[in-house]
Amino acid sequence: MKRISFWALSTVSAVVLLFSYHTSTAGSSGASTSVHSQQPVVSSTEPTSTATSSATSSAGTSTKKSSSASTARTVTGSVASTQWGPVQVELTVAADKITKVTVLQYPSGNGRDGQINAYALPILTKETIASQSASIDMVSGATVTSGGYLQSLQSALDQANL
Amino acid sequence: MITAELDVPRPETHRRVEQVMGMPISLALRGRHACDDRADRAWHVALAILRSADEVFSTYRPDSMISRLGRGEIDLAECPPEVAEVLTIAEVARHESGGAFDVERAGPDGSVVLDPSGIVKGWAVERAAKAFDGLEDTDVCLSAGGDLVCRTRMPGSDGWRIGIEDPHAPGRIVAVVPVRDGAVATSGLAHRGAHITDPRTGAVPDALASVTVVGPELTWVDIEATVAFVLGRDARGWLEGRPGRSGLIVHADGSAETFGQ
Repeated sequence: MKRISFWALSTVSAVVLLFSYHTSTAGSSGASTSVHSQQPVVSSTEPTSTATSSATSSAGTSTKKSSSASTARTVTGSVASTQWGPVQVELTVAADKITKVTVLQYPSGNGRDGQINAYALPILTKETIASQSASIDMVSGATVTSGGYLQSLQSALDQANL
Repeated sequence: MITAELDVPRPETHRRVEQVMGMPISLALRGRHACDDRADRAWHVALAILRSADEVFSTYRPDSMISRLGRGEIDLAECPPEVAEVLTIAEVARHESGGAFDVERAGPDGSVVLDPSGIVKGWAVERAAKAFDGLEDTDVCLSAGGDLVCRTRMPGSDGWRIGIEDPHAPGRIVAVVPVRDGAVATSGLAHRGAHITDPRTGAVPDALASVTVVGPELTWVDIEATVAFVLGRDARGWLEGRPGRSGLIVHADGSAETFGQ
């Protein structure tokens, strides 16, 4: 996989940091782990150290970027609870580099809790509304760069009431 | 004052604009703290968050963390944790879009270029909007180049009315969506030419003129609007598989359709 070299970004410690950042229950430093007891995370605090492995190891996910000096192993992240549901990522690590990222769990279900009435369906306008219309507060459009801003609707709104 | 054409007078909307990350950042506040010192402080905090994100993630800055990471000069451990967070979101987005969203693209020499800017804007604005969480009884709408976050905290407020720009006639509105708490993002080619390409083929999508997605989190609706735009004729089916969203698809022929609950 071409992507592999791209994800070969980091030492394992950064990965732990990544997960702890998401769960916010872990320690503040990337040097330690223990996020959720049922979802252990492998920790390796230095690029040169061998992992204090408490999780899965040496899966058969060999990759062409794997260093000849080491075998690939997998690190399963804790399940991060997001607004959309659980997210869990598995990393393949070789020579202290991430060689593959696999998303094990991702949000696919109900994200509607508490969203009732928070927003509605867009209403198609029967007549085109001009930019300075008082019936809208803000404008959403394809990305407006600074260069295009002067022609934009949002500019008109902003200038109408700065 | 923009109350002229309204049947029911509303509290005055106070607006501020600043250029950050090469795009206009527009803020609208209504209610108790719309124009006091606390609003000023929150605005400065929000802008600082956006500027900080730009320093870390700008692909236009050769010295940004993301540029140095992309060149292999540093690794993820040397980056702020936000970089790992954004790259994880990127990976989830690539997975959920079947490859229609990808922060990696082929560079001119065939090498892989890391460009998470398709995520960073929405993600950063969502973070920046939190700067206003402490303003009690105050409605907030924060927009970065047409992608925005709405909060409604003012008692009796009707929330925000967001106009969706007509991609074929900038300066006109094709639909209006009422939003109390949520985010709105639109992707298309309207203002910046052929910027969005299909990462699977390199082609510029041409079936749609724009896609607007409304949902709870700007990070995700921004990604989803981009994915849907790339998917073209398959956009509606894909969007309907995303829970809790509404929005608007404007086709290349000018016809428009809403989707969602």
